Formats: sequence, structure tokens, C-alpha cells
Amino acid sequence: MHAFANPARFLRLARWLMPLLLVSGLVLSMGAVLYGLLVVPPDRLMGETVRILFIHVPAAWLGMAGWSTIAIASLVELVWRHPLAAIAARAAAVPGAAFTAICLATGSIWARPTWGTWWVWDGRLTSFLILLFLYFGYIALSGAAQRDMASGGGGNRITAIFGLVGAINIPIINRSVVWWNSLHQPPSITAGKSSIDGTFLWPLLIAAVGFSLIFGGVVLARMRTLLAEIQTEARLRRKALG
Amino acid sequence: MREGLNQWDYVMAALAIGVIGTLLLVGLSLVAMVRSERRRDKVRAK
Repeated sequence: MHAFANPARFLRLARWLMPLLLVSGLVLSMGAVLYGLLVVPPDRLMGETVRILFIHVPAAWLGMAGWSTIAIASLVELVWRHPLAAIAARAAAVPGAAFTAICLATGSIWARPTWGTWWVWDGRLTSFLILLFLYFGYIALSGAAQRDMASGGGGNRITAIFGLVGAINIPIINRSVVWWNSLHQPPSITAGKSSIDGTFLWPLLIAAVGFSLIFGGVVLARMRTLLAEIQTEARLRRKALG
Repeated sequence: MREGLNQWDYVMAALAIGVIGTLLLVGLSLVAMVRSERRRDKVRAK
């Protein structure tokens, strides 16, 4: 892990890995979405709306995976003081928030023809909306922390603690459909088991892999952005000090 | 199907949000990366 603590070594890796992740992710995810749209048959109960599955479910997984990334990177930052961990956590926030918003929007659209309503304040939907607000808070806090660090403060530690504390929402989201009554269906895929028919399951898994690769590519692109900003800032400060 | 809704309208709306949102995320992240790396290289060259 510490082998990549050196930003120059990380940049060498990111330069070839980022385009590879983005291109393969776009091919896989868009291919799976098109397959779901054009080839997969309508579901017996949900009809044609089952095709929303191939966007909604990967977006939900990545919304939660984004905060899990923030929590793990925050822990690494606090415990091992890994220099790239804070950057990785900050880089995961915007794609995590984007996929959480996509999940909420597509879920709401899916709910209207299947449940007869756009929204219900049940455990799953409410905890996922809270996740979106946590992302907004984290993005605002990490932006303020960067300005604080530039003036010698310890804002990154506060951001990392917020990232760790916010992770409590992830198991709540996961178990919400089991703990509370909900219009949302119970988990269809659990460890080693799935109640989804193979016709829908395989394109769903391919879409999930594709969107995950896109997520990884975007995180690497945003890490490169943050590193370049830090290097520019440091160079300008050195010049100003003579 | 309740209220005679056309299911395809909902499918297309959801897929459009998902695909356009993902492409925007990728595009904006790449533009931000290129801009900040260009600015860093310019500052280094000065």
C-alpha cells in the first residue's frame, strides 16, 4: 500500500489505468444497458419497467460503494497517515454523490408505474436520501478543509472523522428493507444467492462491473485533478516566499 | 398497468437520466483533470 504513497509513482500508474477503466467501463455498461433495453423480455409482474433495473441497481451499489471508499480511505488516512488516502477519499465523493442521485431519480421514476407513487418516506428511500445529504456535507467540508490546510489547519482530520462516522448509514441502508415495512422489495441478491432469473441477472452483473470500472476511472481522474491542484498551490507558494 | 400509463416513457426517462448523468460525470471529470494538469505544467514552466 505504501508503495503508492509516492505521488509520482501513483501518477505513472493512473496515466495508463484511468483510460483503460473508463473505456472498458463505458463499453460494458452501455452494452449491458442496450442489451437490457432491446433484448431482455418484459418481466411477468413489472412489465417493461424491469429494464430500469440495469441502471438503478448498479447506481445504488456504487452510491454505497462510494461512501465505503471514503470510510476506508479516511481510516487509512487517520491510522497510517497515507499521503494519498485523503485525496482518494475526496476524489470518491463526487462520483458517489452522482450515482446516489441517479439511483434516487431512477428509483422514483420506477416507483410511479409500479407502486403508484413517486416517493414514500420508508426506511430504504429515506436512508438513501440521507446518504445523498451526507455526500453534500462531505464535499462542502472537504473543500473547506483544503482551504484550511493551505493556512496550516488540521481540517483533513475532521473530514476523515466525518467520513468514518457517516459510514454508519451504509448497514442501515442495507438492512432497512429487512428491519422496517417497505414498498421496496427485500434484497434479491445476497451472499452466494440470487432470486433474480438468469435472463436479468447476467446483464445486471455486467452493467454493475461496467459502472464500477467507470467509477474507478472517474476516481483516478479526480485524484489526478486534486494532485495537480496541490502541486500548483505548493509551487505558487514557494515562488511567493522567494 | 394503473391509469393506462405507458411504461416505455418511464423506462426511457430513467435510462436517459442514468446514461446522460454518467457521461456528464466522466466528461466533466476529464475536463477538470486536463485543465488542472495544464495549469500545473504552466506554473512549473514559468
